[in-house]
This record gives sequence, structure tokens and C-alpha cells, in this order.
Amino acid sequence: MFESFQNSLQSALKSLAGKGKLTEANMREGLKLVENSLLEADVSYAVVKDFMASISERALGEKVLLALRPTDQLVGIVRDELINILGPVDPSLHLKANGPTILMLCGLQGSGKTTTCGKLSRLLLNEKQKPFLVAADLQRPAAIEQLHVIGRQLNVRVYSELGAQDPVKVCQDGVRKAKEAGCNVVILDTAGRLAIDKELMDQLIRIDNRVQPDQAYLVVDGMTGQDAVNSAKAFNEALELDGVIMTKLDGDARGGALMSVKQVTGVPIKFLGTGEQLDALEPFRPEGVVGRILGLGDMVGLVDVI
Amino acid sequence: KKTHDVLNTDIRDLFKREGRLVDDEFLTELFAALVKTDMGVGPANKLRDRVKTDFRGRVVQMSDVLAAVKQELRGMLDQPGQQQALQFVTSGPTVILVVGVNGSGKTTTIAKLCQRFKDQGKKVVLGAGDTFRAAAVEQLTIWADRLGAEIVKAEPGADPASVAHRAVAKAVEVNADICIVDTAGRLQTQSNLMQQLEKIHRVMGKVIPDAPHEVLLVLDGTAGQNAISQAQGFSSAAKCTGIVLTKLDGTAKGGVVVAIREKFAIPVKFVGLGEKAADLAEFNAQQFVDALFEDLV
Ligand SMILES: Nc1nc2c(ncn2[C@@H]2O[C@H](COP(=O)(O)OP(=O)(O)OP(=O)(O)O)[C@@H](O)[C@H]2O)c(=O)[nH]1
Ligand SMILES: Nc1nc2c(ncn2[C@@H]2O[C@H](COP(=O)(O)OP(=O)(O)OP(=O)(O)O)[C@@H](O)[C@H]2O)c(=O)[nH]1
Ligand SMILES: [Mg+2]
Ligand SMILES: [Mg+2]
Repeated sequence: MFESFQNSLQSALKSLAGKGKLTEANMREGLKLVENSLLEADVSYAVVKDFMASISERALGEKVLLALRPTDQLVGIVRDELINILGPVDPSLHLKANGPTILMLCGLQGSGKTTTCGKLSRLLLNEKQKPFLVAADLQRPAAIEQLHVIGRQLNVRVYSELGAQDPVKVCQDGVRKAKEAGCNVVILDTAGRLAIDKELMDQLIRIDNRVQPDQAYLVVDGMTGQDAVNSAKAFNEALELDGVIMTKLDGDARGGALMSVKQVTGVPIKFLGTGEQLDALEPFRPEGVVGRILGLGDMVGLVDVI
Repeated sequence: KKTHDVLNTDIRDLFKREGRLVDDEFLTELFAALVKTDMGVGPANKLRDRVKTDFRGRVVQMSDVLAAVKQELRGMLDQPGQQQALQFVTSGPTVILVVGVNGSGKTTTIAKLCQRFKDQGKKVVLGAGDTFRAAAVEQLTIWADRLGAEIVKAEPGADPASVAHRAVAKAVEVNADICIVDTAGRLQTQSNLMQQLEKIHRVMGKVIPDAPHEVLLVLDGTAGQNAISQAQGFSSAAKCTGIVLTKLDGTAKGGVVVAIREKFAIPVKFVGLGEKAADLAEFNAQQFVDALFEDLV
């Protein structure tokens, strides 16, 4: 997949070689390829449009500075702009000096919330913090048991209530128990929900209001398509998100939804999930994903090749 | 709901304005509407070109353009009825293997299928072939208890092929009509796990020669273009006979099945419309295509 786009972009950009400067006309073919590639990577249509407009503008603005290698310059501009959009980087969980820090994970069904609760706990353990998990998904069959299994694997305490009906109460009780247990980071695992499910979104807002998490993170499936903008926007409006975690990037998904989610929420991308194991969590670095989203694999390599 | 409306107003305008000239701007807007369904650039280009050929330079009613697009799409999704229905064997249990990437909705889909078969008075045996994910066995067990199905399971970490083997054998032993086997979610790029799937497939055939009779690939309806790679990877490892497209109760359209249908001959058999056991419907191309442009008319 990567190769074919790389080849066509190279040949499109080769035609620019020696022209000395970028013009609207000689950039058209290369820009079209970039645009198509972003759409194939699942970047949302509106976000691609905005991105392409800013790329052409920047490229044209820079033409005077161009000397011999316009191709390098265009690729460089695209890469820089992508890095720019996806940043700034902030992998900190912003732990409070006193009192427990409450993290809440939310998102669509099956996006990877429960697994990511485990991954964050592991990260915190490595940093000598004391995480505490709260099983606030009362919806999905065996969701509570799933969190308990993860907690046992890590030796992290998990709070759950048998036969509980109200996730708000479970979260409140959980925070209290965490304090009693002397833990300094409470992670709330909420049920998966659709952004248009009013009842469940209201429930999430109630948790947010009553428990007041310090950080609310949206967990997004790396394979998500065009709908990423709709759900991210709705979750952000409901909760004022503090960060995004994208999962399942260990496969061949291009992860273009990252750009969509970043554009509509504006909040930092915190981590990437790269596997089912609890250590498969990486701090986000824009440089690490631009080649993937663009379909170019290793961007640095390409610039050298052209 | 509100967000959804706001995000779609531009397109709504496009389709409300009657008698528009079909020019570049019009075609670009149409392309945007098509891409937003997740069908991908290829199919979207193809449909736009068809509209261009048929309508360019004319002033048309948008409803005519839309009708043409839908007709073309229905053609692309056309699948013979007998191919779309589940294939049941005439004697012995019909064996169904369920596969797909992580979190796509496999286990829930099994519960939904189980409910459907139970409603038809059939006897069902479930195989808890996901021995990997935390509490996956418990999840399927809860469903089996709720729905009154027998379940075959093993300890966490056990060999899933052996669970699959035992589940099929159990179905034969108790004279079940249906045996459905769950598998752990896996990405199509994980070659060792795809080989494990081949093994599960093979082992089932040792109990009943032509089992599994159906291999259902569960695709997340919110997925974008990666679903094409999923269809490719899972088909070659597990010879998928049908697709179940889940989570269509949200705002995602699942349009990528149009591209999948173009590339591989796997029919969409069911759609998932919620988290409850009753939330499964047979795939209906007409309804699906109408839903793709639901926000536009
Ligand atoms: N390959 C891969 N799989 C992942 C990753 N993160 C989570 N998963 C898997 O994705 C599936 C769903 O993960 P969960 O953590 O249960 O997702 P969830 O959001 O809690 O799901 P619900 O509670 O049902 O909404 C499981 O099979 C996980 O093992 C990842 O980064 N890579
Ligand atoms: N809204 C909605 N949610 C669904 C649908 N199907 C499944 N889900 C939810 O999606 C999440 C994942 O479903 P599972 O059935 O556990 O998915 P899976 O493919 O078995 O996941 P793994 O075994 O971890 O790979 C759960 O929260 C389900 O309730 C659907 O059609 N609509
Ligand atoms: Mg969960
Ligand atoms: Mg499962």
C-alpha cells in the first residue's frame, strides 16, 4: 500500500525537479496525490480540505526561497504542517501534588478503554505512583470482571460494586476508597457509548459533574473512518476533553482519524496504543505518525530518495 | 444529535436546492458527500464520474441525481439472495466461526445470532474460543446463560483450536442445530495469530468434514478504509463466507463495504444495530443505501 503511493508521488514530484519554484500549476498533481492519500488514510473530508488549502498557501508563499529541489520542499512543507497540526506534545498526566488525581476514560464501544486503563496503571506503577481502578461500566457483560483480571495482572486495586445500578455512585465510592487506600491516581473505566445516545451521554456528564475528573481522555480506535469527527466533537462538547488516546495502531491502519480528532477537539494527543499487552502504550510523537498518515512510510527516507 | 445536524448542514443545502447546474462545484460537493460515507476515494470517484457523464452541464433536480447514485450503488452491492442467507446443512449441526479485529463486536454478534436461532426453536452450542482477552470467556458465558445456550469453554490461555474442536464435538454429541465459535480479536497483520485462525478452521473440519459452514467476518461499522485490509487478511486465513457490519446504530455509515464488495465477493449478511441480543437485522441493500444519504434528503 505504502509503495504505490510513494512511487506515484515520487514521479509526480520528479516532474517538478529543476523547475526552481513551486507554482499552482506544477504542484497540482502532487497535491492531488497528497489529498487522495489523506482521504484513503481516513482523515475526514473537511479536515483534508482545510489542510490542502493551507499547504498550497504555504508552498506558494515559499516559492521565492526555493532553489534547486522543489520536491523536497513540498514534501517538507506537508510534513511540517502535519506535525504542526498534530502537536503540541503533552504526554503528562498532570498528577496533582496532593489529593488523588482522577482520570476518566471514555469513548465509543470497543475502542479500547478498559485495556488502556490497564496500560495507564502500568505506566503509573513504573513511575512509582499508586494507581487505583474503578469499574464504572455497568453496561457490557463481564466488563467489571475484565477490569478485575487486568487489576490482578498488575497488582492494582480495582473497585467495583456488586449489582450496582448507578455509575455515578460507583465512581464517587471508588474515589473515596482510593483515598482510604492511600492511592494517588484514580482511573475510571466508563462504558462504551455512542455520541448520539442521549441517555448515556447524560450519564457521562453526570459523572463528570459529580466526580469532577482532573483529566478526561477520549479513547479512539485507530481504524476509525470519517465518523471520527462526529463522535469526537460530541464527546468534547459533553466533557471538555483533556486529551486523546488512539489505540490499535499496531496493525496497518493509517490512523488518519487522529488528524480529524485533533482538528475538532484541539486537545493534545497523549498516547498511542500499539498492542493488546499492557505495556503496549507509547507517548505520542507527531514525527512518528506523519509518514504513516501520509502513506509514505519513512518520510525522511523519501526526501533523500527524490 | 445536534452536532450531527450542524456537521451535515452544508450537504443538506446541496440536496435541498432544486434545479442546480451540474458543474465542477456541484461534483465536488457530491464527491464530499460520497467520501463521508467511508466508501473510499475509488468508489466515490466512480460514482461522481457517472453523475458527470449523465448530468454534466444540465440543470437537474437533486433527487434525480441521488436516485442515479443509489441505483448504481445498489448495483455495486448486488448479491444473490441465496448467497446472503446463512447456509444451513441438512443433517448435523451447522457450524459458524466468527472472526474479526479487536473490539469489532464478535462476541455480541454471537449472542445476537444465538438469540435469533433460539427464537427459531433451534438448539445452540457456543464455543468460547477467545481464551486470550481478559474475561472474554465470562462475557460469552453471561450471554449463554441469558439466552439459554450450552457453552464449551476452557481455562484462560488454553489452545483456542482445542476449544473449537470440543465445541463442534459437543454440538454433534447433543444433537444441536447450530454451533457458533467465538475467537479472540486479532489484527490481520499478525501472521502468527492468522495462522492460529487457519488452525482453528482446520480443526473444526476434523469433526465435521465441511465445517465450518459459515465464517462470519465482523466489521466495525465505524471503521474506515482499513476494513478493506481486514477483509483481505481474514478471507485468506479463514475463508470468510459473509460479513456482519456492526454499530450501525450510530452516525457511522459503514460505506466501506461498497469497496469491499467491489474487491472481494464476500456478501454482507447481517448488520448490528445495538448492544442487545435483539439488535441484529438481515442486510438489506436498499435500506443500507438509503441510510448512506439519510442526512442529505
Ligand atoms: N491490537 C490492539 N488491540 C487493542 C489495543 N487496545 C485495545 N485492544 C483490544 O481491543 C479490544 C477492545 O478493548 P477494550 O479495552 O475491551 O475496549 P473498551 O473500549 O473497554 O470496550 P467496551 O467497554 O466494550 O466499550 C480488546 O480485544 C483489546 O484487547 C491496541 O492498542 N492494539
Ligand atoms: N452500539 C453498538 N455497540 C455494539 C454493537 N455490537 C457490539 N457492540 C459493543 O461493542 C463493544 C465490543 O463488542 P464485543 O462483542 O465485545 O466485541 P469483540 O469483537 O468480541 O471484542 P474482542 O473480543 O475484544 O475482540 C461492546 O461494548 C458491545 O456492546 C452494535 O451493533 N452497536
Ligand atoms: Mg470496556
Ligand atoms: Mg470478543
